[in-house]
Amino acid sequence: MFTLRRPIASILRKNLHKNVTALSIGHTRSLSSIPSDDFNLELTEKTSPITVFTEDEQMTRDAVRQWAREELQPIVRDMDNEAKLRPEILQALFDQGFMGMEIPAEYNGSELSFTSACLAVEEISRVDPSTAILVDIHNTLNNNAVRFWGSEDLQKQWLPRLATDTASSFCLSEADSGSDAFAMKTTATASPDGSYYTINGTKLWISNAKEAGVFLLFANADPSKGYKGITAFMVDANTEGIHVGKPENKLGLKASSTCPLTFENVQVDASQVLGEVGLGYKYCINILNEGRIGIAAQQIGIAKGCLYDIALPYMMERKQFGSAIGDFQGMQHQYAQMATEIHAAEVMMYNACRLKEAGLPFVKEASMVK
Amino acid sequence: MRILVGVKRVVDYAVKVRVQNNTVDLSNVKMSLNPFCEIAVEEAVRLKEKKAADEVVAVSVGPKQCTETLRTALAMGCDRAIHIQTDRRTDYVDLQPFAVAHLFQKVVEQEEADLVLLGKQGIDSDCGQTGPMLAGLLGWPQVTFAAKMDLEGDGMMVERETDAGTETIKIPSLPAVVTCDLRLNEPRYATLPNIMKAKKKKVDTIAADDLGVDLEPHNPVLDIFEPPPRKEGITVESVDDLLDKLRNEAKVLK
Repeated sequence: MFTLRRPIASILRKNLHKNVTALSIGHTRSLSSIPSDDFNLELTEKTSPITVFTEDEQMTRDAVRQWAREELQPIVRDMDNEAKLRPEILQALFDQGFMGMEIPAEYNGSELSFTSACLAVEEISRVDPSTAILVDIHNTLNNNAVRFWGSEDLQKQWLPRLATDTASSFCLSEADSGSDAFAMKTTATASPDGSYYTINGTKLWISNAKEAGVFLLFANADPSKGYKGITAFMVDANTEGIHVGKPENKLGLKASSTCPLTFENVQVDASQVLGEVGLGYKYCINILNEGRIGIAAQQIGIAKGCLYDIALPYMMERKQFGSAIGDFQGMQHQYAQMATEIHAAEVMMYNACRLKEAGLPFVKEASMVK
Repeated sequence: MRILVGVKRVVDYAVKVRVQNNTVDLSNVKMSLNPFCEIAVEEAVRLKEKKAADEVVAVSVGPKQCTETLRTALAMGCDRAIHIQTDRRTDYVDLQPFAVAHLFQKVVEQEEADLVLLGKQGIDSDCGQTGPMLAGLLGWPQVTFAAKMDLEGDGMMVERETDAGTETIKIPSLPAVVTCDLRLNEPRYATLPNIMKAKKKKVDTIAADDLGVDLEPHNPVLDIFEPPPRKEGITVESVDDLLDKLRNEAKVLK
């Protein structure tokens, strides 16, 4: 929550100084220029506020909110204490359609917009970020990667499963490769006839590895080419040679498993390559851009949950010195500040969503909002 | 069998309503599907899943936003919907059960429904009258406050909940009107794929004024006010103290 403060405050201050609003309806202006449009965007005839959503999006939000409040809220604390996502919750996520949000209906998905998916992640995060992270990674990273770059056969094979019963993990990071993702050491050696690859290596900090039925794995098929050998694979979790290690004992998001993942001579059919060999680096960079918006939705959901669902009601209830503590100006300054910053963040996030949906550049906005 | 289900768009149950200018303030207030109507929809959809019914039609009376309410009903499994459009307030002020029952009668006859399921009451007006009135107008058997229903032969066996206990009623043959109570079932969540598919289902809109029904309220609403705030309870030290308070303060004993 506190990490949001500095970036937003500094962006807003910078812009106030330059007399430019940081956000305007329909498009963002560049920070470094004063009222001249860097983007020659065509404003559509109809403009609408960023915080006004379509009927589909509102219905999605209401449906997710209701489910999260009624089914998830009662057991959040227990799941956190047990450090485990309950199987019935995972099943409910599939049953409710939260795991195939952007997947087309022909593959049993919910065929919603990206903004709807972010709204859903936000609403789940308000109640339980651990559950939300699973939904977020699954939808915005894995499902979308398959949709964007998977061959038709790969899509037919995986999308229905991803929408209805198979959770997934995004396997990129390694012990020596976090921010420097391209320094990965996991290798994928092609068989002599090219019909399969043999994977060897260890991934670290892989979210939801315990629950996943499939891994979107990044491995280098040709280390001599450096990062241009990195290839994305869909690896079935049941494949021989995969070992999911013990979940990390984290301080937070405990119900979301974060595990080491070892691949020992794991054979993966060549048909399971996502997109083209050697383009994995491109895919992962691209998909992580969207992932940033999704994760921002999660943070905003957490912040809103803290302020609006827990702190404010308590402030209005707790009485000291004869009145509710929420009536004291000292408290009011604080929660007004928080509410304003959360609002700024959410508007930034939904704007990034809209830019993406419009097919416009959104990388800068996505990075800012994360 | 064709089932008609009434769904009402009401103030959401979690909202704290405010009374302003002698009326309930509806501006910016969250509206949703009446919980008892939701139970009726669930029951109808279950009958269809059991293959006891062929078609479930959701019907709602109200402003254009009723299409959202109908969409939720469609997302839960109804096949199509009929929206009887009116801008009159449906929380008793401008439109009352007598008129609603007449409107429903027209639709029921037009659609040739075999079973009408309604919620036992709207949580805004708490009247519980539309069901019985509709049955009276149609000349059909009725069972209210149903907590359990089973089709049997040409009719139904319904258990109804009253303050005195549970009563089992046999309806020898359909058609009939049944109003649904809390313990009848637990409504399903509308899943996201179903919400999207519901957009494609047919919703017919009819203007309420075109149905030839007198919509004027027969009971004038004289006053709307909030109940006085509940005072805190007190504990008493002894029975004498209790008697004293009952006699002198609460004035319930002579």
